[in-house]
Amino acid sequence: MAKKAHVTPMLDELENGPWPSFISGIKRLRDEHSDDRINGVANSLLGQLEHSYETRKGYWKGGTISVYGYGSGIIPRFSEVAQAFEESKEFHTLRVQPPAGNYYTTDILRQLGDSWEKYGSGLVTFHGQTGNIMFIGTSSENTQYFFNEVNEYGWDLGGAGPCVRTGMSCVGSARCEQSCIDEMRVHRTLLNNFTDDVHRPALPYKFKFKVSGCGNDCMNSIERSDFAIIGTWRDDMKVDQDAFKEYVAGKGRQHTIDNIITRCPTNALSLNDDDSLEVDNRNCVRCMHCLNVVPKALSPGDDKGATILMGGKRTLKIGDLMGTVIAPFMKLDDDDDYEALTELAEEVIDYWAENGLEHERCGEMVERIGLVNFLEGIGVEVDPNMIAETRSSSYVRMDDWDIEAKKWFERKAEQKKTS
Amino acid sequence: MLEGQRTPTESGCPDGFQYMHPLMRKNYGNWAYHEDPRPGVLKHTARGGEAIYTVRAGTQRILDLFTLRKLCDIGDEYAEGYVRFTIRSNIEYMVADGSKVEPLIAALEKEGFVVGGTRNSVAMISHTQGWLHCDIPGTDASGVVKSMMDELIDEFKNWNMPNRVHITTACCQINCGGQGDIAINIQHTKPPRINHDLVANICERPSVVARCPVAAIRPALVNGKPSLEVDEKKCICCGACYPPCTPMQINDPEHTKLAIWVGGNHSNARGKPTFQKLVAAGIPNNPPRWPEATAIVKKILQTYKDNARDWERLNDWIERIGWPRFFELTELPFTKFHVDNWRGARRSLNASTHIRF
Repeated sequence: MAKKAHVTPMLDELENGPWPSFISGIKRLRDEHSDDRINGVANSLLGQLEHSYETRKGYWKGGTISVYGYGSGIIPRFSEVAQAFEESKEFHTLRVQPPAGNYYTTDILRQLGDSWEKYGSGLVTFHGQTGNIMFIGTSSENTQYFFNEVNEYGWDLGGAGPCVRTGMSCVGSARCEQSCIDEMRVHRTLLNNFTDDVHRPALPYKFKFKVSGCGNDCMNSIERSDFAIIGTWRDDMKVDQDAFKEYVAGKGRQHTIDNIITRCPTNALSLNDDDSLEVDNRNCVRCMHCLNVVPKALSPGDDKGATILMGGKRTLKIGDLMGTVIAPFMKLDDDDDYEALTELAEEVIDYWAENGLEHERCGEMVERIGLVNFLEGIGVEVDPNMIAETRSSSYVRMDDWDIEAKKWFERKAEQKKTS
Repeated sequence: MLEGQRTPTESGCPDGFQYMHPLMRKNYGNWAYHEDPRPGVLKHTARGGEAIYTVRAGTQRILDLFTLRKLCDIGDEYAEGYVRFTIRSNIEYMVADGSKVEPLIAALEKEGFVVGGTRNSVAMISHTQGWLHCDIPGTDASGVVKSMMDELIDEFKNWNMPNRVHITTACCQINCGGQGDIAINIQHTKPPRINHDLVANICERPSVVARCPVAAIRPALVNGKPSLEVDEKKCICCGACYPPCTPMQINDPEHTKLAIWVGGNHSNARGKPTFQKLVAAGIPNNPPRWPEATAIVKKILQTYKDNARDWERLNDWIERIGWPRFFELTELPFTKFHVDNWRGARRSLNASTHIRF
């Protein structure tokens, strides 16, 4: 410790209690690390944070920092109270894209940590809300050097600003029996197709892809992404009747009825007199509840694919929005299927880039122009799976009813031919 | 090129297979079922019969290098060198050898990490950056989470809840955190204070006008300088103008409050995904330990635990018992501010005779 440590009575309170303390961690960097630079940055950061706690205000301001060739991936932070806390006056975060599914060996974590030790504050988060590894706190100069080093061994920056953002995908096929798609392939196919749009912000606002292997949606994709890819299946779910009977025998009929049968949102389940399960598959909506309760007996079917929803986002500006179904079912087996998925994403981003207002999320644009105009723009036909209910207001012009009805029957006939 | 500048390799998202446990690689897409041997531990069995054990542990999320290396040391000595992180920033160690599970748990707990967060527990609170790094924060995130997890640690370590509980925090009203069963979010209560000397130099005024959700901002000449003014009767104090125009300071040591929202649920299980709904506001933003917010969260959790049925998430439970009963049981005040008036609000009103007496 080169300099006198800032006094931090309020932060010290956060060292009490049983949960691991981030303050103790920053103090270790201040007091125990061998590099004076890291000691100084940690001391200064603690001083500024204590000042925030005392005054109940933040003291970071943004700016424009990037690495050579890119326009995004770094969150610039300059201190507004740098005179008092000089050594963390530049405290930028680098957003680095994790592998799809967030897998690491301890070796690669150590390697990333060693690189960060050379150039950064020594603070890192796995992961930020968008899904990036957050390397928190470095100077303007060192952003480039740190990036150069990790980029050499296979790591790239994520998005920040009005661009395609880093994606997220669940553990999925790597470990979970509910997974209905190859999450890692979906994630990398999409993200790495839009690398240019990740690194060079030129869109109306942010655009996020998130991938969940089933309707449990562990990646929160419906509400938190502009383009959600969620695994599902369209044939019958699988029931191992012996395993199910064993479950009923162990837990009892009342438990089975109260926790499984009556919890089905579409009343598609029935307990037979011999304690086997009857499923009305035509009315099952793949909500996942019964599969979650009895994973040993109930599983997804074989004809798997994905449902695509678009337009989810959080509060700014018009309020929170859930995504809307745009593709009820897409097969994701072969290269052609993946190409179709990529093309759909390209259509959407192109249309939104052209028609979205500044700082308008894709879902807000859909809200402004209406779903039908959006669908026409991206070349997707209307489908009753896209709505929760049909129109309840008669205030609409319908001169082209006959034409539209004819289109529906033609599409139906076409589908019948191809299936 | 200047010194250090280098043409980047635009490699994008790395391939995860190179860092994945070999047993998971081998059984990719071929898992049969999972079991929960104890809180914080998952056992997944593949169709061929092989099994992988996962031990999940909560950390401080903002990791210093010492902690990161300690987590790696534990992974090398007690596990098999393969880890991943969950969406709520827990670390997961995967091991093929089931006999490693108990020693691994002991090693993690000895170093102060907390094993748990699976199934019907209170999961790790997901949080944003706050005063530590954000440029627009109304509060801190790491400190709020540390304070609350200190109190909720037993709920993280055990399966006491009717179903899983996801808690989130957000340090401004943009709410960059997700929907939560319980969300602790900033709620500003006074319009921005404008430094008219700086607006013309710092802010792109038309963009700021366009950013306001209720069209309460208009260009104005103040003291002879071009600036912006806010119609304070229209202003909803959301702070949307502050990020693009920092002279419109929204954060206030006293009037920036916390609000608590419940029933946000991302899953499609049983019902469709739901947004969180307001239950309490006016809570002081009170560092370093935010006791008032924690007390309300604990009260809601206790009431949910005592009253909900198995598998009911918080939103499922409230839907069954109704909002009047929720306020009765939690002893929280119901006010005019709970009645929505944003777009689509009429759909949130009771247009029926469905009333529980």
